[in-house]
Amino acid sequence: MTTLAKTGNTSDIGPTFSLDGKDVPFEPGETILQAARRAGRYIPHLCWHPDFHAQGSCRVCTVKVKGRAGSACTLQAAAGEEVESSTDELNADRKMLLQMLFVEGNHFCPSCEKSGNCLLQATAYEMNMEDVLFEEFYPRRPIDASHADVLIDFNRCILCELCVRASHDVDGKDVFAIAGHGIGTHLVVNSMSGKLVDTDMALADRAASICPVGAILPKRRGFIIPIGERRYDPHTAADPGTQEAS
Amino acid sequence: MDEMTRSNLRGRGGAGFITGKKWELCRDAKGSDHYMVCNADEGEPGTFKDRVLLTCHPDMVFEGMAIGALAIGARHGLMYLRGEYRYLLEPLRDVLQRRRDAHLLGNAIQGHAGFDFDIEIHVGAGAYVCGEESSLIESLEGKRGTPRIRPPFPAEHGYLDQPTAVDNVETLCAATHIALQGGAWWAAIGTPKSTGTNIHSVSGDCDRPGIYEYPMGTSIDRLLEDCGARDTQAVQVGGPSGKCLSAMEFGRRIGFEDVPTAGAFMVFNRSRDMFEVARNYAGFFAEESCGFCTPCRVGTALVVKSMDKLAAGRGSRRDVDLLSGIDTLMHGTTHCGLGGSACNALHDTIVKFRPSYERRLKSLHFEPAFDLDAELADARRATGRDDAAAHLESTP
Repeated sequence: MTTLAKTGNTSDIGPTFSLDGKDVPFEPGETILQAARRAGRYIPHLCWHPDFHAQGSCRVCTVKVKGRAGSACTLQAAAGEEVESSTDELNADRKMLLQMLFVEGNHFCPSCEKSGNCLLQATAYEMNMEDVLFEEFYPRRPIDASHADVLIDFNRCILCELCVRASHDVDGKDVFAIAGHGIGTHLVVNSMSGKLVDTDMALADRAASICPVGAILPKRRGFIIPIGERRYDPHTAADPGTQEAS
Repeated sequence: MDEMTRSNLRGRGGAGFITGKKWELCRDAKGSDHYMVCNADEGEPGTFKDRVLLTCHPDMVFEGMAIGALAIGARHGLMYLRGEYRYLLEPLRDVLQRRRDAHLLGNAIQGHAGFDFDIEIHVGAGAYVCGEESSLIESLEGKRGTPRIRPPFPAEHGYLDQPTAVDNVETLCAATHIALQGGAWWAAIGTPKSTGTNIHSVSGDCDRPGIYEYPMGTSIDRLLEDCGARDTQAVQVGGPSGKCLSAMEFGRRIGFEDVPTAGAFMVFNRSRDMFEVARNYAGFFAEESCGFCTPCRVGTALVVKSMDKLAAGRGSRRDVDLLSGIDTLMHGTTHCGLGGSACNALHDTIVKFRPSYERRLKSLHFEPAFDLDAELADARRATGRDDAAAHLESTP
């Protein structure tokens, strides 16, 4: 059975599009990334998570449809469409986007508790990132250790806004927000003091566990899971079950 | 509406979408309310045509909004006025009141039952990105000015999720002309794909800067001659997000087929350093990036860093290549058009004025991020040495 004849067929398995030459079935209204993820295919992504509405800000899931680039998390899947994702060009773009994120914040993997569980790190491995290419910004960012159970290290924030969405959509608390613009854009805590202790954030909140990097961490759990036994030790970010950090 | 379609008018804000088509989409979209929005957030450096239109011809703009409202079935109009144009707020409100008194706004306009339309003015807060229609709408709703995911487009899901037509000041003036003189009259001016006239904000190295109106399809040469530009090295058409043209391209024509523009026409003579021009623009985009997506937020800041390094004489060929790499990335991966066009001037100047970059490169056999030899000055002072062996080799 040739892919060409099959692509877009709506008779037996419903509509499909082709991702790097292989068919992916989708349901009407699904985005390219949603359908690919459900089919166990990998399109690298950081700010997208299956539990939340798409945001389209990290741009790591950029794909090409009919030669036009767009983010797979926001593009609607369409029957018969040919989507390019794992090409040298797009993977090079992804690598550069990751390098930008690495130099923008302060990401020191060897001393980070998230190492091995970190989606940024795991995605960088997938994209064969071996250096940061650019000169680091080394921003000065404070740590918020005011809360009894949750620590925020803003140095590692990649502005995916998953905590913003989790706190708003799931926890109904709006603990987090984004402020500033340009390279000064940053995550803020929504309280008069700007400190986490003055919010109603709780350890059980979805926002406390959603962070794909080491910016929001539970206290007193450091290195409970030893290096070597962490999420991305036996698995990769490309594996169907570990495409997100949590 | 038929006259608008016949006119084939394309939006003057930069994107060049066919206005009649936008209005049709908006009219046919389902919603409890339809909105007519005037984008008066003129923020592109080098553009001041909308300011002149709002100052000298406000009635023509509001008339255009009312015509649009009639076409799409809107009862509410909003003008998003650039924060820096706040001083125009009172005069514009006076014009609105005068129009209400003359039954040109309000209920049953000019006695037509059911033609109810009024306009409110909303003042922006000085963000360039809010000139992009979906961030403009976010800002109108009182939110952070971040471009929305598109589709859906504002014509179907805009202000308060309702069908919304967003049109530039100049486009609305053109709509007024078309309503008065007919679509065929407008379409007879200019070229088939770029109908009508276009207003240019001419500035820079010329004797007579100011506002110029030409039929679409006019050549760059003609504009340069009329404004009294001499010894011109380059023209930036459409502002920093537009195109930078060198002398050999001055025969090209302004229009959607060749050189599109959002109104700015900046002239640079041969005394200007095009690297510094591009560096200035780079600073602008880094300042105005909304910070939402990775390539624009970090990319614009990296461009500034690299260009500062070149300006300080510490750059290498690798830095120029890196700038080109960032430019390529930003063209394909940003969330909105601001990021996509932020490196246009950089790209054009690297290609067309490469010597202005290359003369800044330090010819070392390593890739310097800083001047290693200068850093050793303290050590030399401390040891009282300044002989050749105390200096690093500085030539390849």
